[in-house]
Amino acid sequence: MCECCTQEKKDIYLPELATITKRRMLNGTELYMHLQLDSGLEMEYTPGQFVEVSLAGIGEAPISISSTPTQKGLELVIRNVGTLTRAIHKLDVGAKLGIRGPYGSTYPVEQAKGKDLVFVCGGIGLVPQRSFIRYVLDNRADYGKVTVLLGTKCYDMRLFREEIAMWMERKDMCVMETIDEAHDCWDGNVGVVTTLIPKIENELPNSLVMVCGPPVMYKFVLMSLAEADVPQGNIFVNLERRMKCGVGKCGHCQINQHYVCQDGPVFRYSDLADVPEAI
Amino acid sequence: MSVNTVSKDQFKQFVAALIASEPSVVGVQAKGDRFVFDDLKSADALRLDYDVSILSPRKYVMPQKETLLKFEVGGDCQSVQDGKPLILLGVHPYDMAAINQMDELFSQDEYDTHYMCRRRQITIIACDVVSPSKNVFASSMGTATVQHGYDMLLTDVGESIIVEVRTDKGRVLMNHMPAARPASEDDLAKRSAVWEKNQHVLNKHVLECKPSYLPKLLEKNYDHPVWEEKARLCYSCGSCNQVCPTCYCFDVQDVVNWDMKTGSRVRVWDGCLLENFATVAGDHNFRKNRSSRFRHRLYRKGKYVPGKIGGQIACVGCGRCITACTADIANPVNVYNQLMERTDIG
Repeated sequence: MCECCTQEKKDIYLPELATITKRRMLNGTELYMHLQLDSGLEMEYTPGQFVEVSLAGIGEAPISISSTPTQKGLELVIRNVGTLTRAIHKLDVGAKLGIRGPYGSTYPVEQAKGKDLVFVCGGIGLVPQRSFIRYVLDNRADYGKVTVLLGTKCYDMRLFREEIAMWMERKDMCVMETIDEAHDCWDGNVGVVTTLIPKIENELPNSLVMVCGPPVMYKFVLMSLAEADVPQGNIFVNLERRMKCGVGKCGHCQINQHYVCQDGPVFRYSDLADVPEAI
Repeated sequence: MSVNTVSKDQFKQFVAALIASEPSVVGVQAKGDRFVFDDLKSADALRLDYDVSILSPRKYVMPQKETLLKFEVGGDCQSVQDGKPLILLGVHPYDMAAINQMDELFSQDEYDTHYMCRRRQITIIACDVVSPSKNVFASSMGTATVQHGYDMLLTDVGESIIVEVRTDKGRVLMNHMPAARPASEDDLAKRSAVWEKNQHVLNKHVLECKPSYLPKLLEKNYDHPVWEEKARLCYSCGSCNQVCPTCYCFDVQDVVNWDMKTGSRVRVWDGCLLENFATVAGDHNFRKNRSSRFRHRLYRKGKYVPGKIGGQIACVGCGRCITACTADIANPVNVYNQLMERTDIG
């Protein structure tokens, strides 16, 4: 045993076990899971951060935290998209997963106090944003107006429907939802999420705007926000990369000089606006 | 620190004693008409007159495939630290500089116990270059000689070898060298002459600026046509990454054993030139174009990694990528010099 092991340095790649305590499908591809660490401890995290989730024998992947630290347990939403996520989808309540983290930067939870907040969410971009939205709702008096814009590709893909219905009933927040493709059961807005932005144009310049969605969405949302005179320093984006290690070593998530796993996933847009390959 | 002198015969006896008494000795030896680091079976096989090894000694500090964890499928994982005491004999200064950088990168921020435990068990006997390789440019990069990181440094001064002992680990090895005598003024002068010479002759490609200018140079040339011109010919084979002593990007994979019950999580070398290096779920590739991957490598060497390690340039001038590149486009000096032609870096 060498010196650094005798110093009992932690193995940064060693996951701890967590047990699935609840699970349900949110739509055809997205699985919601509530986890409890087997250690009995609560993970200390801040909205915006992610964990590395693994299933021994299949692999490991970075997954955004969807819960808020103001409530117990860890909530994740996992899309069935590859080998690991397919295997996770087959797990029942009581099954175990490996968890490392939390990693990465956070939403500006402190700096945002007293400010008006706008959340622009495209598809599963709602998943990490939900962490901050719920955090704000649990500390409602600390923040100004809260506006949530939700865009989903089609009716059947919509996430957290009951929760969003509850948000819509609240008087202390404004939620607008749109779907890209019209549907018989839908009488709300139809169009991409950017079509909602003009509706809150007056509020935007004085708000902090949190944006998360698929890569293709950012360009259009950021253009609309620029047209609405939102300063780049007031925009926070939450980026997706293939963080293999989560600790700034493996190089996979690097965008120019930035490591998404350390400097991100939440970036202030003004820090990235001139960085090619970012979005 | 002490500096000693031994004859070449005495040095050979030292190597034989190491092989006989130490658990594992790796040294440079011939493989066909080239050289490799491999287990050393006899003192005669050691070739300290080598020009450059095919792969750098990075494969000992960060193996191509390294077990991080062992697990039961679907169950709990345990850490694996499988490093063993090892003597690495014949590390050139540029490769030593590369290992020094990796030591810093793996110990900063989040301390990587796997790398560091393995590294601490390695004793490095470095040696100054005797035969410059056909593509070396260490003189341009300031790595023709090295000042730290090794436990022992050898300098061939003709009839004898000067042995500098730098650490306690090196001092212990001196027990195998009873005939060593303290180096004379004359010996030290000869060693300085070798260093002086190597500052100039390890320079088959001449970088036309100080390496410390590279971050500034790159800052101004993100859209330079050279990226596309060169990358047009790139096969995206990743050979430049594999032979590079400072590349340390890796992939993490789960490998299941034949019993289908147990397995291990391993890290394996990866390369930013490979097509899917920056691909995320849903097949979106953030560096889809060859030119963006080609540029990324040279920016990592000249700007990004230096930003993490106090400005040290992450190209040490070994020239291996130049030799390995099938399309003959990987030469960092050619690219940086082309950027220089159009850039006023003040």
